[in-house]
Amino acid sequence: MCALCGCLDGDEHWTDAVARKGVFTRNDDPARRRQERARRVQVANRVLKLYGLRLSDWQGASFLLATFTGKSEIVGDLGHLWAAAERLAGRSCDPLDPELLARLDADG
Amino acid sequence: MVDAAPAFTPVTLLTGFLGSGKTTLLRRLLGDPALYDTAVIINEFGEVALDHLLVERLDGETVLLGSGCLCCTVRGDLAATMRDLHSRRERGTVLMFRRLVIESTGLADPLPVLSTLRADPVLRHHFRAAGVVTTVDAVNGLMQLDRYVESMRQAAIADVIALTKTDIADDDAIMPLEARLGTLNPQAPVLRVADGPLPVNALLAAGRSPFRAIGEPDGTVSHSKARAFSIIVEEPIDWSSFGVWLTMLLNRHGAKILRVKGLLALRGEARPVAVHAVQNLVHAPTHLETWPDGERRSKLVFIVEDLDPELIRRSFAAFARLGVAGTSALVSADPI
Repeated sequence: MCALCGCLDGDEHWTDAVARKGVFTRNDDPARRRQERARRVQVANRVLKLYGLRLSDWQGASFLLATFTGKSEIVGDLGHLWAAAERLAGRSCDPLDPELLARLDADG
Repeated sequence: MVDAAPAFTPVTLLTGFLGSGKTTLLRRLLGDPALYDTAVIINEFGEVALDHLLVERLDGETVLLGSGCLCCTVRGDLAATMRDLHSRRERGTVLMFRRLVIESTGLADPLPVLSTLRADPVLRHHFRAAGVVTTVDAVNGLMQLDRYVESMRQAAIADVIALTKTDIADDDAIMPLEARLGTLNPQAPVLRVADGPLPVNALLAAGRSPFRAIGEPDGTVSHSKARAFSIIVEEPIDWSSFGVWLTMLLNRHGAKILRVKGLLALRGEARPVAVHAVQNLVHAPTHLETWPDGERRSKLVFIVEDLDPELIRRSFAAFARLGVAGTSALVSADPI
């Protein structure tokens, strides 16, 4: 279900494409899928922490996005992550923000 | 042998500014024997009559929006018309069509049409987007591109640009327009369609044209507020970092990112992966069998509006480093 719209059988997100001929996805094998989800959480958290947020896998089906004070939202996929992050953080999450880029450069 | 419908019926979107010759082009296309099994959905019956077996009209302009989620935007009228066509085809009460052409209005934003194909739970199992053909008027095209943002956006998202009215325009007007279109949307072939045989195959192959990188490695070109530029990366890209970056970028700036088309050399993947986005709508990535130019490296072409290409490049690089850095960054940090 699309977490934003409440549409049943919602959109297939491009980062989680259903395995089928010609389509690139890491959903084609359970181990690769778990590995990709873990990696996605790790990478996203490097950005989200700068907004006071943390992402974790939720039962292998969704993700739990939470503030450091415990306010949380379930998000289905990366397509809905950033809108939820902006709601929880109460500010825009802009990957072109020079301050964010400077912090990422410093972290790297 | 009984004719069967294709597993996924290709849908070509025909768009273009007001008076740019969409319906004239459509009428000529439908006259070609190759399109005898094509169904057509148009927004209104205009002055150019369409003599075709299967023409459906959209009755409304209703756009049903989800609560703020662009990827779930469904044009209710379009979805209902397409479902009805599909249902009647299954029951054998209409021509066994194997292709669908949707003609949009001159001021339409094509995005809801494309998102309808993907978001509607019935349609997405039976139809697939085959490409966007945009008509551009050779006489007024330059003025329209400069003056009307709709015209510029329609050209920017095109897979193929059909240049119309070249029979009544001077070469002095056509050549600058072709050059402008080439810089605005370097991925799209520009075909003159006013005179001579219609390049039906090239138009129908919209969306399957080979990937062409531009201006390597620094190919920023400007077109009023719109810019096309490329990012070329020699090192393999981390798929997770790319997904995090592009979703974040499209969430904040999707309306200004008219087009993203690219080939990715991903870490852990031998074959190239093609990505293709129109504003917030990103198609499922696909595997290609071989590298088109024999060089294994990532190439992304962006067409953006009012965004700084250098900032996007810098952001891409910063996020790419997240995929190769160690885990030390997971320690807590003060929010920005």
